[in-house]
Amino acid sequence: MIPDELNEMAEEHSQKQNSFAHRIHVCAAAGCRSSGGEKVASAFEDEIKERGQTEKIAVKRTGCMGLCAEGPMVIVYPDETIYGKVSPADVAEIIDSLDGSPVERLSLDSEMPFFSEQTQVVLENAGRTEPESLEDYIVAEGYSGLITAITEMTPDEVVNEMTKSGLRGRGGGGFPTGLKWSTVAKADGDKKYVVCNADEGDPGAFMDRSVLESDPHRIIEGMAIAAYAVGADHGYVYLRAEYPLAIERLKKAIRQAKRAGFLGTEICDTQFDFSIEIRLGAGAFVCGEETALMASIEGRRGQPRPRPPYPANYGLWGFPTLINNVETLGNVPTILRKGGEWFASIGTDDSKGTKVFALAGRIVNTGLVEVPMGITLREIIFDIGGGIPGGGNFKALQTGGPSGGCIPAQYLDMPVDYGSLAKVGSIMGSGGMIVMDDSSCMVDVAKYFMDFCRTESCGKCIPCRAGTPQMHKILTKITNGEATHRDLDILKDLCDLVENTSLCGLGQTSANPVKSTLKYFEEEYIAHIEQGECPAGVCKFKRTGEVINGCSS
Amino acid sequence: MPLKKTQPPSDDKRWKLINAAMRRHGYHRSALIEVLHAVQDAFGFLEDEALEYVADNLTLPPSMVYGVATFYHFFTLKPKGEHACVICTGTACYIKGAGDIIDEIQDKFGVGPGETSQDGKFSLLTARCVGACSLAPAVVYDGEVAGHQTPEDVIKTIQEWFGNDT
Amino acid sequence: MVAHLNRKRRDPVRTRRKVKTLKINGLDVSGTDEQTILEVARENDISIPTLCTLEGLSNIGACRICLVEVEGARRLLPACATLIDEGMVVKTKTPRVVEYRRKLVELLFAEKNHYCAVCVSNGHCELQQLAEDLGVDHIRYPYVYPELNVDATHAELGVDHNRCVLCQRCVRVCDELEGAHTWDMMDRGENTRVVTDMHQNWGESKTCTECGKCVQVCPTGALFKKGSAVGELEKETEFLPYLKVMREEQ
Ligand SMILES: Cc1cc2nc3c(=O)[nH]c(=O)nc-3n(C[C@H](O)[C@H](O)[C@H](O)COP(=O)(O)O)c2cc1C
Ligand code: SF4
Ligand code: FES
Ligand code: FES
Repeated sequence: MIPDELNEMAEEHSQKQNSFAHRIHVCAAAGCRSSGGEKVASAFEDEIKERGQTEKIAVKRTGCMGLCAEGPMVIVYPDETIYGKVSPADVAEIIDSLDGSPVERLSLDSEMPFFSEQTQVVLENAGRTEPESLEDYIVAEGYSGLITAITEMTPDEVVNEMTKSGLRGRGGGGFPTGLKWSTVAKADGDKKYVVCNADEGDPGAFMDRSVLESDPHRIIEGMAIAAYAVGADHGYVYLRAEYPLAIERLKKAIRQAKRAGFLGTEICDTQFDFSIEIRLGAGAFVCGEETALMASIEGRRGQPRPRPPYPANYGLWGFPTLINNVETLGNVPTILRKGGEWFASIGTDDSKGTKVFALAGRIVNTGLVEVPMGITLREIIFDIGGGIPGGGNFKALQTGGPSGGCIPAQYLDMPVDYGSLAKVGSIMGSGGMIVMDDSSCMVDVAKYFMDFCRTESCGKCIPCRAGTPQMHKILTKITNGEATHRDLDILKDLCDLVENTSLCGLGQTSANPVKSTLKYFEEEYIAHIEQGECPAGVCKFKRTGEVINGCSS
Repeated sequence: MPLKKTQPPSDDKRWKLINAAMRRHGYHRSALIEVLHAVQDAFGFLEDEALEYVADNLTLPPSMVYGVATFYHFFTLKPKGEHACVICTGTACYIKGAGDIIDEIQDKFGVGPGETSQDGKFSLLTARCVGACSLAPAVVYDGEVAGHQTPEDVIKTIQEWFGNDT
Repeated sequence: MVAHLNRKRRDPVRTRRKVKTLKINGLDVSGTDEQTILEVARENDISIPTLCTLEGLSNIGACRICLVEVEGARRLLPACATLIDEGMVVKTKTPRVVEYRRKLVELLFAEKNHYCAVCVSNGHCELQQLAEDLGVDHIRYPYVYPELNVDATHAELGVDHNRCVLCQRCVRVCDELEGAHTWDMMDRGENTRVVTDMHQNWGESKTCTECGKCVQVCPTGALFKKGSAVGELEKETEFLPYLKVMREEQ
């Protein structure tokens, strides 16, 4: 495809779209699907057909609209009326209202902070375009970043644009993306690879899944731009097998992109060749770690290896390999389109741009939000998130999954950026935010994460393989009311050992949930040990120290 | 690449799917995990003879194939029940009571995580986040994700699988 | 799609051999940029305790016993798997790393049943020696002691999983030098075990050549020659570097 053909296609498709008086967008992402979105979409289609209005009203299955808690979500264009909790029974009423005023009882206020306080870059198309339609993506200026890059810029210029944007990796580490790209670009090797890390293993995080389900072409475009910049001609998407819908949509998008000539050889009549293959994960959290991920793509056990050498120099089959997270790559097309400077104008000095967060746990508006870096936790949780349901008290926010920590109420006014989160003992991580209220026991939460690390440990290095089960055992003892202060000391000591001697990030960060809960909620540990009671009432012990429920391991 | 491929262990049609998966990847060793996915999709679990067949065709040592099959928890080496009930035990679901659901199933049916009921009707499995955290607690019934599940909801569905005769 | 796979794995990026100078424990030493910290230290009679590494086999940096402090590095680095660099300042014996090594060995003793008094390797065991060198006199962690099986189905050789430290030496020697790849690792985390073939009895293994190299490289009494009495089994590993060179020349 060449630029002119692209414009023509966009023109034609948008004319067709605009010929409809109303366009009804029904969320078809996994969240709304499981609350019945597909039934709503087909009910709309049936009803419209029955009324013979298929020329006038279009139904579109789109990507995630964000507010999964109100699913199934529906947005009617061009008026942008937002409806929540729509059932097939409401369909006729909504169609009746199209030329009049919206159905009051279902409509959500588009001025509510959940929608108005977001800044969408990666999610700019989510809920607006049809994920399975290449034309929709192109109307939304898709692939224009790639075309600009390969027809008007040198690879160096593309890398420079990334450096200028200040984008940092969204996969957890926060490594400057421009720097990583330039390292791979400079590395010598007659073959190079680009890998998209879509393993999204942090329990409680689902933004990568949502991006892939809602806007799969964006990731293809991001990877292609990256490949051009570093000199790679083959790419892999390492995608978890637990996300069947994302797999299906990405496969379809790859086929469409191939057919349209955005993948393959001599892309857009240039010398640039690039192809993408999907590799499925198989239920191992550690495979999100880059060296384990590469072992897995090579078909082996996902055991990490010491770095250096880094993948940028010595990656897949020994060749220089660029590994980026889904959300990182999702920012790339927009940066190329609007420029690095534009991107750098959003966010803070240390963290540019926006971040997608997955809100879950004890919060009213569970779902996905994209906000500028530097916004405060309070704004995210109480304005956008709508606060704690049922008048509970905010107790802690868990970020960064099993590698992160629990942040107590005193830091609610802290800005969200890489540095600030690290300062209070947590990490940005991939963007899962789990809100906890008084009904959560912090020792139990720490035990939960330790159990996670213990079962996800690859078993290669001693500290993580043998240390995490020891820590889990002590935490179990505490929640059973059988621990002593000596156990607590050994626990602290193990945290230090495992953190400093483990081979990979999994072991190195596995102590974070324990450390942060010990730092801010030590009195809960003490209450379990000294009084034999659980302040949150989660762990229930008999006097003999035997567990009744909740805390058995 | 070996010239002669070993014959499938039986004339079951499903081996064709496995062969196709291996061919698609040029019988390259790196295809092992992809091929194991194909085996599990076709047969529901990884039988010993299937592992041996794959090892032979990809010219991989048997211990390496076994090592990979047991490293990844998505793979199972035992047949699963007719129905599968996967309880998400990700953080969001845990905070919202996934543990109680598992306890309740264990109480009621005597089937623990990773186990299959004696008559082979259903397997209880757990997953680390199915990506439906906003609908926590989430349960996947035979591949369909359902949100906001209570122990009662789950018991009811399982009882339906049993034909209400429990 | 797969054409790109039909090439050989690229060797680690190794530039032309260049001499690098560095300091280890205050001593000025030098080596080439293909050498690891451990190799250079040993050439200069500086001993660093190790467990998983063995001359002649690839380095995997698994056990973490050889961790050393390197100035300017964010973390402790495994001496066996870290190449030297110009101007490096390495410390191998700081109280911090010595303490960590001791705790790692204690974790191993707590993880499985290493009851020395009844072991064929008693007195010749690398783990035992390591504990002695590091002054491990008690185990601060509770014992886990899972009951693991002993596979004695092979006519001459046997494996006692209770004594395995998962150093992967047997896996590497069988793959890298013998070329049989009878051994691999199965499962993961605390359930990780070494495994022969399709988790069959060793005696029924179709790939085992009965060369016995795995027994020789095993640091503990996990792999043993049958018929050895308590404390009787001594192992030989000096043949490895020689074998490796011979194989490479072929
Ligand atoms: C145990 C572990 C799990 C990880 N899981 C993921 C993951 O699921 N997704 C991801 O993008 N990065 C994950 N990472 C981070 C990656 O190793 C890597 O830093 C990242 O993919 C780089 O991409 P970025 O620079 O675009 O962030 C994980 C790291 C560790 C140590
Ligand atoms: S830290 Fe854990 S996951 Fe990482 S290599 Fe060591 S055992 Fe494996
Ligand atoms: S934690 Fe259950 S779906 Fe994410
Ligand atoms: S000897 Fe270096 S990590 Fe084991």
